[in-house]
Amino acid sequence: MLVRRWTSRRFLLTASAAVIVLSATVAFGQESADLKGVPRAVQGGLLEALLFYLFGGTALVAALGVCVSKSVVRMATWLFGTLGAVAVLYLLLGAFFLSAIQLIVYAGGTLVLLVFGVMLTSKSPWVRFECSKVEMAAGGGIAITLFTGLFLMLTRATWPASAATANGATVKDFGKELLTTYLVPFEVASVVLLVVMIAAAYLARQER
Amino acid sequence: MLTIGLMHYLVLSAAIFCCGIFVMITKRNAIGILIGVELVLNSVNVNFIAFDRYSQQPGFDGQITALFVIVLAAAEAAVAVAICMNLYKNINTIDVDRGDALHG
Repeated sequence: MLVRRWTSRRFLLTASAAVIVLSATVAFGQESADLKGVPRAVQGGLLEALLFYLFGGTALVAALGVCVSKSVVRMATWLFGTLGAVAVLYLLLGAFFLSAIQLIVYAGGTLVLLVFGVMLTSKSPWVRFECSKVEMAAGGGIAITLFTGLFLMLTRATWPASAATANGATVKDFGKELLTTYLVPFEVASVVLLVVMIAAAYLARQER
Repeated sequence: MLTIGLMHYLVLSAAIFCCGIFVMITKRNAIGILIGVELVLNSVNVNFIAFDRYSQQPGFDGQITALFVIVLAAAEAAVAVAICMNLYKNINTIDVDRGDALHG
């Protein structure tokens, strides 16, 4: 009942309120010297912890939702939650350009492409492919074992001091770096995109 | 616990990675598997950007790598959806267990 009452409209309202609070913090907060663009209130303070746990928790819950949901359309919707929350985590990490790219390319492009794929390859959009209990147990066992191993390894290792370096990660510097130091991979990526465009159009064409 | 460090991001991304692995193992729908791959790529991106933020040397190596991962994920999704459509045209389903025509 509680889940049913928590409609998508209320979810959208809550999410937009969170986004407004975050933007206000970024807009009116005092800019810190260490990391251009990230206000001092967000960096290293209680607010950063709050935002990290809020949006990291959202990303994790949405990823678990992808795991448990049966229909592909629902999986795609949960994936949208993960992508959006991870975009906010990019903001917290000072990667502003990538945060925008994540929303535009991933949430706006790749996810819509996946939903189109679902709709073109099924008679009804609610495709269900049941999985046997054994496969479910095997997958869960592998995933949980892997996570336990990674968690133990990550918590035992010693990491460098948590203070961030003066990266000065503005979008301007990022673009300069992309078109000078990383020019060759940038051009190779554009060639890859052209090849992929031709290949996808060729593969998906209608037979005459 | 209240000071967010590199480890927090790494643990979060490890959890999302394992969710992606679980999705890739248990789903039979080809597009469901693709969604699992997207989850894995996202967790890897979080790792790259977190290491870039907390690394001691200046530069954008992690962010640039994450950008290329996003580009390649989009390209991979486009080709994979085209392949799924071909599979659907030929065998009328995108259940990956049914696509065993090359099975020896």
